[in-house]
Amino acid sequence: MLSKRLIACLDIRDGCVVKGVNFEGLREAGDPAALARRYNAEGIDELVILDVTATVEARRAIDATIQAVAHELFIPLAVGGGIRSEADAAAAFDAGADKVSLNSAALADRSLLTRLAARYGSQAVVVAIDAKRARGRFEVFARSGRVSSGRDAVEWAVEAERCGAGEVLLTSIDRDGTRAGFDCEMTAAVASAVSIPVIASGGAGTFEHFHEVFTTGRADAALAASVFHFSEHAVLDLKQFLWGKGIPVRC
Amino acid sequence: MIALVDYGAGNLASVRKGLAAAGARFHAPAGPADLDASTGIVVPGVGNFAAASALASGWRSAIADRVAAGVPLLGVCLGMQWLFETSAEAPGVAGLGIMKGTIARMEAASDRTIKIPHVGWNSLSIVRPSRILEGIDEGAQVYFTHSFAAPVTDDTVATCEHGSTFSAAVELERVFGVQFHPEKSGDAGLRILRNFVACCRNA
Repeated sequence: MLSKRLIACLDIRDGCVVKGVNFEGLREAGDPAALARRYNAEGIDELVILDVTATVEARRAIDATIQAVAHELFIPLAVGGGIRSEADAAAAFDAGADKVSLNSAALADRSLLTRLAARYGSQAVVVAIDAKRARGRFEVFARSGRVSSGRDAVEWAVEAERCGAGEVLLTSIDRDGTRAGFDCEMTAAVASAVSIPVIASGGAGTFEHFHEVFTTGRADAALAASVFHFSEHAVLDLKQFLWGKGIPVRC
Repeated sequence: MIALVDYGAGNLASVRKGLAAAGARFHAPAGPADLDASTGIVVPGVGNFAAASALASGWRSAIADRVAAGVPLLGVCLGMQWLFETSAEAPGVAGLGIMKGTIARMEAASDRTIKIPHVGWNSLSIVRPSRILEGIDEGAQVYFTHSFAAPVTDDTVATCEHGSTFSAAVELERVFGVQFHPEKSGDAGLRILRNFVACCRNA
C-alpha cells in the first residue's frame, strides 16, 4: 500500500534556512545541508527546498545550496523558487533536484508546465499553489503570496494537471507558520478534483494535524517546516503516532 | 568499470551518487563502442518512453551484444521499462525486448483514491528469491515515481500494488530491472545497488 509521505521543507534565503509566519517575518533556522543530513537520518520521506525570496528578488535558487543538500540525501529532493524557464529547471536538475516546483512562472505561462513535463516527465514537475480564503473561495496568490492571481485553487489545480503537472504542492497562506492545523477543507477540495497527488502545506503544529489532513483532508503527503526544524517532534514519533491511527507510513 | 548510459532522459546526479555509495567504479561512456570494456551496464531514465528512442541507434545493439556476452545489465525506472518489448506510452519506440511484454498506463481511480503518477514509498511483495533483491525483506518500502508499469511475468521477482499489481523488480539471468528508484530509496535502495555491483564483480 502506498504510504502517506512526510515532507520536510527548507525555506532558503541567502543560503540559510529561514521560517516565517504568514509568509512574513522570516527568522533563521540553520544550515541546509546539516538539516538535510538530520532529516535523512530521522527517516523523513522527502525534502523540498524553496528559495522563498527568489521570485521577488529575481534570483534563482542557489545551485550550491541544492548541491550541498542533494549530497546528503538518498531520498527525493524537490526544488522551487524562481524557476521561470526550462534553463532554470535544467540548472536545478543538474544540481541534484529530482523535481522542480513551479508557482508564479506557471501562473504566468502554463505552457512551461507542458514543456517541462515533455522533457523531464510529469513526475518531475510540481505545481505549487499558494492560496488563501477570500471572497468565498480559495484564491491563488503569486510572487510569494504578494499578488492575487484572481484564480481559484481548485480550478487552477485541475488546469495545471491537464498541462502536465505531476503533483500539487498546496499551501494555505492563512495557516502558514501558525501551527493552527492544515486547511483540510481546502486540501480535500483540491485532492478530490485532481488525479495527481496533493501535498498539503501550511499550519502543521501537532501530530493530530497530520492525522486530520491524511483523513478529512485527503492529502497524499504533508509538508512541514518549523514542526520539524526546531526538534519539537521527531519524525519517528510522528510516524509511530500515525501508524497507531491506521495511517500507512514508511517505517 | 560499470557503464552508466546517459541518453538524455533525466538527470543522472542521483544515480551517480547512489552507485558511488554502493562502492561502484563507473563511467559515462561517450558512445556504444565504449561499452566493450564494461563489467556492467546501468540504463537509468525518467520521463517518457519516447526518450528511449535515443537508445535505438547504436546503443540498443551494443547493449544486447554485451548482455549476450554475460555482462550484467540493470535498468532503473524507464530503463527497466525499456528492457521490455514496447510501451503504450510510445508505441513506435522499440524496447530492448529481453523481457517479454508491453508497458501499460496505470489507471487512476475515479473516486481519487488511486492517484497517478504513482508517487511515493510503497512496499515490495517478494515473488521469489533473486540476486538483485538479496537481503531485502518482504514489505520493504522503496520510492516510486511513474505513470506506466510493466506486467507481472515469469521474470518478475517482486511486485507492487497501486490500483493494480505490477512488476516492481524483474530478473532474467544477468539482466535486472527495478521500477522504483534505488538511488532514492534510502538504505534498502543502496543494498539493491550493492547487489548489482556484486553481480558485476562476479560476472
